[in-house]
Amino acid sequence: MSSSIKNDWVLKVENLTKIYGSYSDETIALTGPQRGTNICPITGSIVACANISFELYPGEVLGIVGESGSGKSTIVKQLFFDMEVTNGNAYLKPYKNGTVNILTESNQKKRYMRNHLMGMVYQNPRDGLNFSFTSGGNIAEKLLMADMFHVGKIRERASSLLSKTEVPVARMDDLPAYFSGGMQQRVQISKAIANNPPLLFLDEITSGLDVSVQAKVLDLIRGLQRELGIAMIVVSHDLSVIRMLTDRTLVLKDGRIVERGLTDQILQDPQHEYTQLLVSSLL
Amino acid sequence: MATILEVKNLRKFFHLYILNNKQIEALTDVEFSMEEGEIVGLTGKSGSGKSTLMKTIYRTYLANEGEINYLSSASGIVDLVTANEHTVLELRRKEITYCSQFLKVIPRVTAVDVVADPIVKKESDRILAREVATELIQKLGLPKELWDAFPSTFSGGEQQRINIAHAIISKPRFLLVDEPTASLDAKTKDIVIELILDLKKQGTSVLLITHDEYTLSNLADKIVHLQHGRIVEQTYA
Repeated sequence: MSSSIKNDWVLKVENLTKIYGSYSDETIALTGPQRGTNICPITGSIVACANISFELYPGEVLGIVGESGSGKSTIVKQLFFDMEVTNGNAYLKPYKNGTVNILTESNQKKRYMRNHLMGMVYQNPRDGLNFSFTSGGNIAEKLLMADMFHVGKIRERASSLLSKTEVPVARMDDLPAYFSGGMQQRVQISKAIANNPPLLFLDEITSGLDVSVQAKVLDLIRGLQRELGIAMIVVSHDLSVIRMLTDRTLVLKDGRIVERGLTDQILQDPQHEYTQLLVSSLL
Repeated sequence: MATILEVKNLRKFFHLYILNNKQIEALTDVEFSMEEGEIVGLTGKSGSGKSTLMKTIYRTYLANEGEINYLSSASGIVDLVTANEHTVLELRRKEITYCSQFLKVIPRVTAVDVVADPIVKKESDRILAREVATELIQKLGLPKELWDAFPSTFSGGEQQRINIAHAIISKPRFLLVDEPTASLDAKTKDIVIELILDLKKQGTSVLLITHDEYTLSNLADKIVHLQHGRIVEQTYA
C-alpha cells in the first residue's frame, strides 16, 4: 500500500523560501523558531517562510496552521504564483507529469496552470472576485480563461456551480457587492472550482464569517472535496476548521514547519512546545 | 486463525513543555496480542491507560518505544508505530475504525447524514447510505423525530448511539471502541452488545474499553487488565 502511493503525489514542494530584503548565507540560520524571530539580526531582512517541504496526495486535505505572521499564506500565495519565491522547487503532477519546477516556468505557463490546474479561495472575497462583474460573470471569466467559449455552456456550468454552492441561481446576474459575506464567499468558491482543478488552495476562508455561515461553508467544502476528489491545502489559524476539514497538518512558527502529522495526533498529542501551547489555548 | 494485532514492548509518555517539562508516564512495557475475530476487553481504573493504549494503536498518540503490528488485509503486517501517515490514513479509511467516548461532529449535519458519512464515497451513494443509516439508528432506538435533527443538540445517550452507529456502519475489519455502553439504558445496552456480536460474526476484531461488568462478560473473549499503565493480568473468558 505504502509503495503504491509513494510516487502518487499531486503536488511536491521542496525548500520553499521567501525572504523580504537583502539576505546573507546566515539569514536562515539566524532566524526561525529556535531564535524566536523571523527577522535577520544582521541584514534586517524578513524570512516569511524557509525550507518548507511537503507532499500532497490526490484527494487529500492538508492543513497549515500557525499564528498570524507565521508564513501560512505566504506558502499558498507562492504556490498560486501570487507572489515570487526567493528559493525552492514545486512540482505539479498534472503539469508535464511533475517533472518541471513550476516556480521557474514562464509567466504564460504559470497563467496556464492557474487557469487550468489550480483554484484559490481567499479570505476576502474581493481578492478572488471581480466586483464589477456579476456572480455569473465571475464564473464565466474563469471558464473563458480555461478555454470554454460557448456562451450557453458557460451559463449552464455557472448555474450548476452556483446551485452546488447554494447560491440562488436567480441571482446569477447580480453583482457580488449586493450579496452577504457568506454568499460572496460561496460565489468565490464556485469560481475557484469552475475549471475542475485537481488542486485547490483555501486561505482563511471562514475567518470573516459568523459561526452559522462558517458551518455551512465548511460543510460545502467537505461535500465538494468528497464529490470531486480535489486535493486541498487549507490555511487557517482556527484549529476547529483544521480539525473538521483536514487529514494531515503542518504547524508553522516563525516561517518554519515545527511539527507535522495526522491532524488528530497534532491536536491530541502535540510534540512540539509551540503546538502544545497552541492546542492548550483552544477554547 | 491469524494474529491481527501484536503489541510489543510499548511505551508512551507525555512530555509537557507547558507544564515545566513535566513527563507523564502513561504506558510501560505493554505487550498483548489479539486473534482475528476476537473481542478483547481492556479494563482498569480511570487513569490506568486504557484510552491511551487505544489511541496509541489508532495513532492519535505517538508511541515512544515498541511496536504495534497490525495484520492488514490489503498489505500484510504494518507497524502502526512507524507506518507513514498515508498508510495510517488508508487503513483508517478501509479497515480500522475508532469509536471514542465523545461525539465530535460537523455542526448542522443531520443525525442520519452523520451516521451515513463513512459509507458515502460519492454523492450518488447518499440515498442508499441514508437508508442503511436510518435502519441502524432505528435499531438503536433513536426516536424518529431526531433522525433529521442535529446531534450537537442531543442528550448524552442519544449522542452515544449516533457515535456507535457511525463507527460500525462500514463494518470495519478492526474496531476500537471506548465505553460503548456507558450512557445507555439496559435495553439499548443489549442492542449495542448484539450489534457488536453481529460484527464479530462477520469477522470484525474488536478492542473494547468498558467499566461495565455486564457488557464485558457478554462480549469479551479475553480480558486485558491495566494498572498504572502496565498490563497486570490477561485472562480468557
